[in-house]
Amino acid sequence: MRSLGLRRALILRQAQDEGVIEANSVSEMAKLLKGRTGDWELVIGLEVHAQATTRSKLFSGAATDFGAEPNTQVSLVDAAMPGMLPVLNEASVRQAVLTGLALNARINRHSVFARKNYFYPDLPSGYQISQYEAPIVGEGEIELDLPDGETKTVGIERLHLEQDAGKSLHDQHPSQSYIDLNRAGVTLMEIVSKPDMRSADEAAAYVEKLRSILRYIGSCDGNMQEGSMRADANVSVRRPGDPLGTRCEIKNVNSIKFLKQAIEYEAARQIEIIEDGGTIDQETRLFDAGKGETRPMRSKEDAHDYRYFPDPDLLPLDLDQGFVDALKATLPELPDQKKARFIADYGLSAYDASVLVAERETAEFFETVAKGRDAKLAANWVMSELFGRLNKAGIALADSPVTPQALGGLIDLIADDTISGRIAKDVFDEMVETGKDAAAIVEAKGLKQITDTGAIEGVVARIVAASPDNVAQYKGGNAKVIGWFVGQVMKETQGKANPKLVNELLRKKLEE
Amino acid sequence: MAGLYDLSLADTRAALIKGEVSPTELAEAYIKAVEAARPLNAFITETPEIALDMAKASEARLGRGEGGPMEGIPIGVKDLFCTKGVLSTAGSHILDGFVPTYESTVTAKLFGAGAVMLGKCNMDELAMGSANMTSYYGPVENPWRPVGAASNKKLVPGGSSGGSAAAVAAHAALAATGTDTGGSIRQPAAFAGIVGLKPTYGRCSRWGIVAFASSLDQAGPMTRTVRDAAIMLGAMAGHDPKDSTSVDRPVPDYEAALRGDLRNLKIGVPKEYRVDGMPAEIDALWRQGAEWLRTAGAQVVDISLPHTKYALPTYYIVAPAEASSNLARYDGVRYGLRVEGATLQEMYENTRAEGFGAEVRRRIMIGTYVLSAGYYDAYYLKAQKVRSRIAEDFHKAWESVDAILTPTAPSAAFAQGEKMDDPIAMYLNDVFTVPASLAGLPAISVPAGLSKDGLPLGLHLIGRPFDEETVLHVGQVLEAAANFSARPAFLAG
Repeated sequence: MRSLGLRRALILRQAQDEGVIEANSVSEMAKLLKGRTGDWELVIGLEVHAQATTRSKLFSGAATDFGAEPNTQVSLVDAAMPGMLPVLNEASVRQAVLTGLALNARINRHSVFARKNYFYPDLPSGYQISQYEAPIVGEGEIELDLPDGETKTVGIERLHLEQDAGKSLHDQHPSQSYIDLNRAGVTLMEIVSKPDMRSADEAAAYVEKLRSILRYIGSCDGNMQEGSMRADANVSVRRPGDPLGTRCEIKNVNSIKFLKQAIEYEAARQIEIIEDGGTIDQETRLFDAGKGETRPMRSKEDAHDYRYFPDPDLLPLDLDQGFVDALKATLPELPDQKKARFIADYGLSAYDASVLVAERETAEFFETVAKGRDAKLAANWVMSELFGRLNKAGIALADSPVTPQALGGLIDLIADDTISGRIAKDVFDEMVETGKDAAAIVEAKGLKQITDTGAIEGVVARIVAASPDNVAQYKGGNAKVIGWFVGQVMKETQGKANPKLVNELLRKKLEE
Repeated sequence: MAGLYDLSLADTRAALIKGEVSPTELAEAYIKAVEAARPLNAFITETPEIALDMAKASEARLGRGEGGPMEGIPIGVKDLFCTKGVLSTAGSHILDGFVPTYESTVTAKLFGAGAVMLGKCNMDELAMGSANMTSYYGPVENPWRPVGAASNKKLVPGGSSGGSAAAVAAHAALAATGTDTGGSIRQPAAFAGIVGLKPTYGRCSRWGIVAFASSLDQAGPMTRTVRDAAIMLGAMAGHDPKDSTSVDRPVPDYEAALRGDLRNLKIGVPKEYRVDGMPAEIDALWRQGAEWLRTAGAQVVDISLPHTKYALPTYYIVAPAEASSNLARYDGVRYGLRVEGATLQEMYENTRAEGFGAEVRRRIMIGTYVLSAGYYDAYYLKAQKVRSRIAEDFHKAWESVDAILTPTAPSAAFAQGEKMDDPIAMYLNDVFTVPASLAGLPAISVPAGLSKDGLPLGLHLIGRPFDEETVLHVGQVLEAAANFSARPAFLAG
């Protein structure tokens, strides 16, 4: 993915240099979709449901652990037994406010819980407690790191707290459905973006960045597979410059790959309909991951009338400024701040910095490696060598056999000329394989670089003496032939000779 | 013990402490009374074994010189309260066979204070009604009968806490819990000639009480005397972390507030409560009540509560709106009645059509309508605004008066079957009680006289938020002045 992004960036850069495209419209123009009858602009807004990391549910004391036996984490409140009342979980409020602060959003010190009424067996009370007119968090923004190294700001409309529903299991019995209420009442943060995204890639980058921020502050584990994070996409198309088109909402997409597929499919579908002379019906659609297409779920006419009204069982939520300030003080360095610091302090490129800060653990790993060392070298080793090998082996960074200290030790051996960069790669392979540290491997295998001038001089003299033809070529003005001599010396020394020294001594010998 | 059934809660408690009667003897006597009262249909479930067990435990505590403020006192519990291990129906078919695994906070507090449960009292279905005619378990009969020619006419006890009112009036319980959403404690108390107190919203926990309208529901005591109400309220009230709308403030000694003398108190008489068509005898009793208070040293002044006439329509938007949502949980999926259908939708429809009676269905439909897109602003939102105005009316009144005196209901108890074809006429029963409910204020009904037909009439006192003490204090002065000593035609004990 990275190489693709880089290639695209290079092509764009070339076009800019040649004056084909004006620099500021590069990204927007590049995203227009080609239809049969002209260009189309894709407009995307996302509603992300992020499960807040809390031990108990939004309005009950039941546990929230993933993967428990069905209906083992259900309180009387979650099952909506008669006379049961919700009590707001302070931990959920903290996570919402913390998230709002991390999204540079306005914290609404006064917010109201409302009931969204509809009947479904996995919604025991017949209403979901949510926030409607007065959400806990108002407008904010997210800066996206696009694959071409550019950034783009996407507006956040709001964040509100709401209960998750339970799960209906339709495949357990031929004619009946089973209900698991473990999820019922779990805290969700619904984060609604403005319709600011213009491509499936941007939508993907938005979800990735949002997930990165949530993980940094620990308000959501961002695990899409376990359903801790789900996205609904509002998709419409229009001619560039036209008002917004009619949108369709694609529900419950549970991976970034599917999100991109769903948006791309939906955009193509809408363009085809309009170009065929039809119109888009506002509707809710489901993404079928198996077929890679979206299909209708319900039309606007069938939309529920949710009869929202303030929940009379709960008082409005009024927060002290002190509560908000105290949370603000606990905010860690966020991805954007870290990225800026990595660029400024370590001289990294914007792209490298954004890759390294995406996960807090990665950034910490990198900083441990880079501390007191050449940061660019460290970045290169972490991103290209380590990530490359881990990805290939399917190992997570947390389970890396090479600790940041060990990688640092390897870089130190390069820096003090104990080994060459080329040898270092072999050493690193062995480190990944065995978990041993670099110095021990170098020692055991005798890979220490030869920096003894006398020893290298001997080899050089032997090779020069044995290759009169090549010496003649060199003397005849073919300077490139020196590479052949270097290769011979390195071969002779099993790559251990210091390349700089080899070059130096070879030139000296050939000039004689 | 002679005259045992005639003793008030306070006097019975004294007799228990002195050992003149044991909790078991008392429980046995009241279990007999509950049986004798069966013609009234005041109880849905009788719990004699539980009563005897609880009495035995009380006996042990009293024997050790311990015991709470309700120690050994046999009470009825409105069937809206969830009681652990005991069928709790809310008077509705929809809760068929529902036996809670938990105890409501208020009943837990009462039992913790030593109260003994005789059984679960009948009530209007899901607390919706003013005559106790809507119960799935059949109507409750008022132990009072009109004097004269109509003396064989069965009367309603009021509602929705009609079973509680009838049980206390007929001496089938020393006291009973009620709940009041728009008048469901006070109006039946007036119809049955007993005392009924609706505390300030937030004073008693709603946890474990089947919800009707969450922003209005309050539990309260239904007793024979004002002192009894003070004792029982003290055992019911208090903050509950499980109810977010319950208020965290200390529970005063309500009995200590009963100090007679009303000097330095100002009582307001709101002119807007003098409604068209109010029977002369109600108006006369109201004037008499004001006079009694004046005699006791209070200054009685005319006041205005200008938005009073909007209270009833406002209530009949807010309460059904909340109810329509609160009752959505009765869907046949997890507990209570389920009537199968070919599809999920059909199961919902069959269950709810069969499980809910006509009045409940009517209110669900009204509530659903007023919350619907396009109607929300015109009905629900407007009603909320008017509700604020009504509360402001009271707020202004508290600048000049300490309590407000009104009649409790616009008539005495009426015959079973009357007003059944005219919901509006039925709703008008709550015209004097609903404003205090909308404003969340404490209010009491005290028996103060008899109608020309020999039926009890109540006077109604409304107080400042959390000033149950003044309500009880003034209420007791009214009680003493009225010296209401008439007894119903039917006494179970």
